[in-house]
Amino acid sequence: MSQEQRSDSLDRREFLKTAAVAAGVASLGNTSAAQAADTAPSGLIDTNINLSHWPLRRLPCDDTAALAAKLRNSGVTQAWAGSFDGLLYRDIATVNSRLADECRRHGKGLLVPFGSVNPKFPDWEDDLRRCAEEHRMPGIRLHPGYHGYKLDDPDFAKLLRLATERGLVVQLVLVMEDRRMMHPLLQVEPPDIKPLADVVRKTPGLRLVLLNALKSLLGQPLLTLLQAGEVCVEISMLEGVGGVASLLEKVPLNRVLFGSHAPLFYFESALLKLKESPLTEDQLRAIRCDNARRLLAKRS
Amino acid sequence: MNFEIWDVHTHISGVPGTTPEARMAKLLEYADRMGIARLCVFMGMTWNYDPTPEFMRRSNDEVLQAVRKFPDRAFGFVYLNPKHTQASLDELNRCIRDGPMVGVKLWCAVHCNDPLLDPIVARAAELKAPVTQHCWIKITGNLPGESTPMDLADLAARHPKATLICAHCGGDWELGLRAIRPHPNIYADINGGDPTAGFTEMAVRELGAERVLYGSDAGGRSFASQLAKVFGAEIPDAAKRLIFVENLKQLLRPILSEKGVKV
Repeated sequence: MSQEQRSDSLDRREFLKTAAVAAGVASLGNTSAAQAADTAPSGLIDTNINLSHWPLRRLPCDDTAALAAKLRNSGVTQAWAGSFDGLLYRDIATVNSRLADECRRHGKGLLVPFGSVNPKFPDWEDDLRRCAEEHRMPGIRLHPGYHGYKLDDPDFAKLLRLATERGLVVQLVLVMEDRRMMHPLLQVEPPDIKPLADVVRKTPGLRLVLLNALKSLLGQPLLTLLQAGEVCVEISMLEGVGGVASLLEKVPLNRVLFGSHAPLFYFESALLKLKESPLTEDQLRAIRCDNARRLLAKRS
Repeated sequence: MNFEIWDVHTHISGVPGTTPEARMAKLLEYADRMGIARLCVFMGMTWNYDPTPEFMRRSNDEVLQAVRKFPDRAFGFVYLNPKHTQASLDELNRCIRDGPMVGVKLWCAVHCNDPLLDPIVARAAELKAPVTQHCWIKITGNLPGESTPMDLADLAARHPKATLICAHCGGDWELGLRAIRPHPNIYADINGGDPTAGFTEMAVRELGAERVLYGSDAGGRSFASQLAKVFGAEIPDAAKRLIFVENLKQLLRPILSEKGVKV
């Protein structure tokens, strides 16, 4: 194909058309976003966003109203929201009630709260109870790196068991940012993942979603985990050209979810990954929404 | 609104294929999916932090093979090791003065404020070739010869007429952008790190959009995550156009013009 014949530009109209069909998102357009999102066949579920403020800098879209608007304009139909405050705050009960309130006030069905629980805090079981009973959350989000426990800790295993008994999805965050560029006073080691497969095997019925995992968890360790139980991963930290297609050569399609890590990451990163890889309609639909929807629907 | 896109930072490593040409073709398949018109490519199928003259030559031969197959899509940068000064100058002349390459790539062999770089940067400036220098600030510790943006600032002060590109902006971009800010001959290549929101906004605010370049670091990185740094940034479309294509065209126009290439 000659240079004249080939389009040398990312034509916005073409991109919006492709994104709407392929990803249900049209955030890159100034005028056609709503139109393009309307053409998305079955929505887009972002399983990895956070509300409130990243502790180390202000971010674009780090107020809930702005983030919700951004997600809606991008075609997101549901977003599973944790809170940045859940990383470091000690009074985690107020973090979770504020999260639930923000989701209610700004979400209008878009934002789904996933509360933080730290199994090393005294009486953490009541935080879990409040997430399930008071806030009616469908799941919780865990930060072992920031909360300082290992994955072979008996309290962690107990938390997974109790969350599963309550029918909660458990999201386990491996990292929040690249270790190489962490603040010198906030260097958080990612948890050693090796004990996790055994814990998963010992927790029947557990539905586990690994967030921000695919930067470091690849190859056989990832496959071992996925084989241990109902474990899913999302694509926010997946890298490499054609990364999603490469992932699907190794990982079952029904274990891959859409996740953006917004607003810490530009939302468009995850969206464009769906465009970069040549994926079938079935693959796109599964990653975009069906897998996440199925996971939540299994709530007992 | 159309955005033409040129990528200032790609590799043929991390891409499937058994030959440089095959890898370049594959990389371009992905570039086509993302609407990227042209790629600057450097370093070969395998990498070495501290290459011998023989390794440099082999690496550059592989890039020459790749770009010669796709002359309307790919620009080559010559990979050099300042520790081997004369060999680097010879290689620079072979690949840029006498060949199709249009820029220089320096990686991790020596810190870039070392005087060993002076003859190389001076020769690159004579040939109107920009110099891309890998720069990182790692709290986990840099490699022994791995440069920081502060090192590059030293080099820029010694060579105000050279065009320097700060690849990765130090990774820790909030510090890296500050380090290069006083030196107008350093351009910020925003590639390679995570697509952390606010990066591009700060680069535009502190340097001006005219000093910011889009790059991806593909194939190790996805085009997607790096394009998102521009598409997702809260900056005007005019700034995005500068970052995606106009600034790089401006940088390369003199050397391309001498080679008879129209942009």
